Amino acid sequence: MAAFAFYLFAGLLLLSGLMVITARNPVHSVLWLILAFFNAAGLFILLGAEFLAMLLVIVYVGAVAVLFLFVVMMLDIDFKALQRGALQNLPLGLLVSGVILAEVLLVASGWTAAPGVIVHEALAGPPPGMTNTQWIGSQLYTRYFFVFSMSGLILLAAMVGAIVLTHRRRVGIRKQNIAAQNARTPGGTVAVGKAGLGQGVEL
Amino acid sequence: MIGLSHYLAVSAALFVLGVFGIFLNRRNIIIMLMALELILLSVNINLVAFSAFLHQVHGQIFAMFVLTVAAGEAAIGLAILVIHFRNRGTVAVDQADLMKG
Repeated sequence: MAAFAFYLFAGLLLLSGLMVITARNPVHSVLWLILAFFNAAGLFILLGAEFLAMLLVIVYVGAVAVLFLFVVMMLDIDFKALQRGALQNLPLGLLVSGVILAEVLLVASGWTAAPGVIVHEALAGPPPGMTNTQWIGSQLYTRYFFVFSMSGLILLAAMVGAIVLTHRRRVGIRKQNIAAQNARTPGGTVAVGKAGLGQGVEL
Repeated sequence: MIGLSHYLAVSAALFVLGVFGIFLNRRNIIIMLMALELILLSVNINLVAFSAFLHQVHGQIFAMFVLTVAAGEAAIGLAILVIHFRNRGTVAVDQADLMKG
């Protein structure tokens, strides 16, 4: 059963990964990317990392993929023109990715664990009396506390950077200017005039 | 029996797919960013697989940090993409020469 689930998730993950890079329509690419993230979350659950699986679905599908979808749909990009001449990169791409695949396979077939490191055959999960989330938290908030704070700082910097980059002062629109509002005095804005009978007032 | 090597094989294949996607879509930076996400995802699978088979939690914690950096990178990358599109009207990165580099 677990083997079947693994091959299902892994096969769908690789298929959707392939479709992400070959789809003609970028919106389809984003949707295949979402499917890839869901299947990777399934693999994480098989490995016993439930917390990361949920994090993957929430962060990647809920935020990153939707961000991609927004950008693809908001910008009026001529994707047909971008695809022109894509096939002339094919030989180089095949060469480089083939070399990387060969190297990774070479490493994967030849590696052994360092002395003192035990690679177990079976999965064990968290220590008794703990869930996976508690297990992560017990290390994350103690041993990795400084790194954890730094990752929060990275997210803050990314947020400020993205806002500063995309923010622009648009001309020709009317926005509320609170300082100007507060600086107004009755003397500058209200005038009392006498309207004579049958005459208007000069404003 | 599904062992560590199965997960490593999936992760390696996904990594190579990501690299290949960057070459295949040399002009379209949106697909390139998505291929980058695939690469980071394959790294995460690697970390979590090792974490599970070594019976240690540290791999999962590092996968979380990779996730954090990936989210920040996607936000900044897409922001740069948006302002580049606003200035040039295209996202063809092979014509990106505004800095005269």
